[in-house]
Amino acid sequence: MKIYFSISCIFFFLLAIQIKIYADKIIVDKNTAVNSVSKAIEIAKPYDEIIIKSGNYKEGNIIITKPLRFIGEDSPVIDGENQYEIFTVHADDVSISGIIFKNAGVSYLKENAAVRFENTKNGIVSNCRFFGNFFGVYLAKSRNCKVINNYFEAYGKKETSSGNGIHLWYCRESEITGNKIKGHRDGIYLEFVTQTTISKNYGVNNLRYGLHFMFSDSCRYYTNHFEKNSAGVAVMYSRYVDMEGNMFSNNWGPASYGLLLKDISRSKILKNYFIENTTGIFIEGCDGSEFLNNQFEKNGWAIKLMANSMENIFSSNNFIANTFDLSTNSRQNFNKFNANYWSKYDGYDLDKDGIGDVPYRPVKLYSIMAQQNEPSLILLNSLFIDLLNIAESVFPSLTPETLIDQSPLMRKLN
Amino acid sequence: MGLIFKIIKFEFSNALRSKWVIFYFSFFLILSFLMFNFEDETGKAVLSLMNIVLIVIPLVSIIFGTMYVYNSNDYIQMVLCQPLDRRSLYFGLYLGNAVPLALSFVAGIFIGFVFTGADTAGITPVLILTINGFALTLIFTSIAFLTAIKFSDKARGLGAAILIWLMLAVIYDGLILFVTYFFRDYPIENIILGISLINPIDLARIFFILDFNISALMGYTGALFNKFFGTSLGVLVSAGLMILWFIIPFLLGLRSFNKKDF
Repeated sequence: MKIYFSISCIFFFLLAIQIKIYADKIIVDKNTAVNSVSKAIEIAKPYDEIIIKSGNYKEGNIIITKPLRFIGEDSPVIDGENQYEIFTVHADDVSISGIIFKNAGVSYLKENAAVRFENTKNGIVSNCRFFGNFFGVYLAKSRNCKVINNYFEAYGKKETSSGNGIHLWYCRESEITGNKIKGHRDGIYLEFVTQTTISKNYGVNNLRYGLHFMFSDSCRYYTNHFEKNSAGVAVMYSRYVDMEGNMFSNNWGPASYGLLLKDISRSKILKNYFIENTTGIFIEGCDGSEFLNNQFEKNGWAIKLMANSMENIFSSNNFIANTFDLSTNSRQNFNKFNANYWSKYDGYDLDKDGIGDVPYRPVKLYSIMAQQNEPSLILLNSLFIDLLNIAESVFPSLTPETLIDQSPLMRKLN
Repeated sequence: MGLIFKIIKFEFSNALRSKWVIFYFSFFLILSFLMFNFEDETGKAVLSLMNIVLIVIPLVSIIFGTMYVYNSNDYIQMVLCQPLDRRSLYFGLYLGNAVPLALSFVAGIFIGFVFTGADTAGITPVLILTINGFALTLIFTSIAFLTAIKFSDKARGLGAAILIWLMLAVIYDGLILFVTYFFRDYPIENIILGISLINPIDLARIFFILDFNISALMGYTGALFNKFFGTSLGVLVSAGLMILWFIIPFLLGLRSFNKKDF
């Protein structure tokens, strides 16, 4: 009998553990007893799953201090009433999906976000939608977080009064994938972030940069698309950044760049596509970086290379139908251009090895004049300018003598 | 009036018989055919066409116009023996020369466009191109007439015509460049705009590049130009200047023609 008793005791004990391991499901529904998210959080145990049914929830700031999973069913809306931060997460292992966040309030002091992770690990935000928030997802001092397949849309008019779509500050080992970000100040903003991957995102019509990248070493971003952002993409003060297969298009305006690189070293810019930007890449203070297999098409300036950049390699790129291929601000050049295709190249190839026999000088006299003296751009396409360019290319006196592509390609690379 | 039409009719058939106009027409036809065929984008093709148009049309119009007047010298003398007024003859000669040139240009471009690159989105730049080309033809033909009538000597007249073309197409831009450099520490955007408006070739060119949104490259200057050309005032001013460039040489030429002792 005693044995039976102890066995059943052990059985019940195991059952109890079982319950602890298999998380509860708490359903939030407007028509039941648990009719608010805050109430659900209150009664939830760690690792419970909170399922939010459709409805409009206005609960001010919701603070999460336990590891929980939030799942929205039939698109529930959580509203910050243009006043509050919505979710503030202080716990590890919190995941949020399928919820619509609206109207996190503007606050210059607190930087209100729709979802903020603070000092956490392993957070996930996926398949959520964000409308009219000040900041979208804000990760501060967190690691190993994922922001996946979300949609962000904001309606700010001014740079100063709107926030970023996805904002990372002092984070590491995170992943930002498949998001679409529209109308924020910066689409994605990273500051003091390391070892983070940013891929397959689409930033469009943001008020400042599609992607803004500061003091973030060893990050990788690939196959993103940045379009019509008023200033393009900026990557600054970072080392070991890999940019691969991104598309920069239609960043067109007096102060727009496809990609702005400032103080970047030992980075790789590979297989990117720059089309119809005022300036494809603006390079200032970069060293030891590689620019390979990129395509520059129909930009105002394909590359503006400032003379404080050195030991960069530009090879196997296509320069097609840009107004200016390259301009620089000095007669000195410490970078290497080799084996690119230039659609403006008019040399010949007698031995038919696909490499032009005459070296190409990508910096034209007029592009230097236009850079030094903007009003002279009014002479664009003038016969006089064409004559000047020809004269200069025969006897270079103002353009950098050593900036030469010794083996320009005859055909464009695929 | 009837007299003018009679002369125009004669000049038209004369122009068609001369191989010049046919050649001119086929030049633009082949050019636009090739451009629209090889460029995927109408805008890009039009831009290349514009570069050629800005050089070729003024040059051909001015040289062809001058030669035309000199070659018609016997004919003019013969007609002036008849009792008719000189104004009608001048009008007839001018239109008989300018209209075939302008029409063969417009027809060449449009036929090429319709058969190869026709898409409704690209029609605006093509229209701007043809309007500019048309205006340049009229302007440079009237300058040619003035030159040819002022200079009795054929060699000098032709030299003057080429010099005028060189002045407007090349040297003037050099002057603008000089001004932008010399006064670059001053806010000279408005002055540059003013100076450029005076030259018909520059006017056509700027009108065209601004239509291609190249203004973004120019930063502040571009914004300023765009603001000017975007308003109806800007369009009116530039159209007015184009018309002045046509009317003033035309009337001066007419005055000299009326007084000239052939």
